Amino acid sequence: MTPASPIPAVQPDSTPGESPAGVRPPPATEVPDDREENAGTWTGGLRRAWTAKLPPDKLLPERQPAYVASWIYIFGVATLAAFLVIIATGLVLAFTGPAWYHTSSLGLFTNSMHFWSVQLFFVFMVVHLWGKFWMAAWRGRRVMTWITGVVAFLASIGTAFTGYLVQTNFDSQWISFEAKDGLNAVGIGAFFNVADLGQMLLLHACLLPLVVGVIAVWHLLLVRLRGVVPPIDAVDKEVSTASLADDSVSEARP
Amino acid sequence: MDPIYLASVSDPATYVGWGWLSVSIPNLIVILVMIALFVLAIVLPFPNGRDKS
Repeated sequence: MTPASPIPAVQPDSTPGESPAGVRPPPATEVPDDREENAGTWTGGLRRAWTAKLPPDKLLPERQPAYVASWIYIFGVATLAAFLVIIATGLVLAFTGPAWYHTSSLGLFTNSMHFWSVQLFFVFMVVHLWGKFWMAAWRGRRVMTWITGVVAFLASIGTAFTGYLVQTNFDSQWISFEAKDGLNAVGIGAFFNVADLGQMLLLHACLLPLVVGVIAVWHLLLVRLRGVVPPIDAVDKEVSTASLADDSVSEARP
Repeated sequence: MDPIYLASVSDPATYVGWGWLSVSIPNLIVILVMIALFVLAIVLPFPNGRDKS
């Protein structure tokens, strides 16, 4: 038994017992297509716009161009992996609190995981940045991909900085009192008070990770939309898949 | 002293400098590691990389 379909299907192999005589499939003009069915709804419009721009096989591809098989292309996803570890360990720290992660062995381990995954996050992101800079990754209508990466980098610096401030140890006290003079000097100390633990904690645990996460998702969607940037000398040699045809055209532009 | 003690994050870092440039040894190590990673990522061949076009 086949599942019900909104579109009346032609059944060429139906038997006389199942199909009464004289019944014929409706003409093509009577078949409601997807566009007519959802006309006027914003959800349908959004879905059509999304799937037209970024169909599932482009969003989650199974094959990549040959030039992606290089270690320099690893660091973007390595950054993402480190970010996921940061989020996971950060959630544990948020639910348990400093009385746990400053005293128990498992707490200290989790706290260290959070700290060191941040170090790896920045190492991977900087190498990713260098790689993309030297291959001019803004080519082929990828300017927004580059810009979202830069903004994600800056937001990550702010997130890491507030993280250093909420360690609730002498390091954080030292860092905050070193930073406050500089921030006061540029006039933002009244709004961004590094000596205010509550403000820094909320920024670090609530707002800034959300900002980094949203920009990172945006960045990833743009990467899928425009494709992974090819090396400068690889356009004519290795780019042969259909998905990269647009990029090849874009590369030809001045 | 603990036999496996190398350094504590609470200890002050050692700084090196050339003229106006001053950088702590830990930061210098991180920068050199990143440069090494970058160079190795370009130079080292990717395993089974050529059959995925």
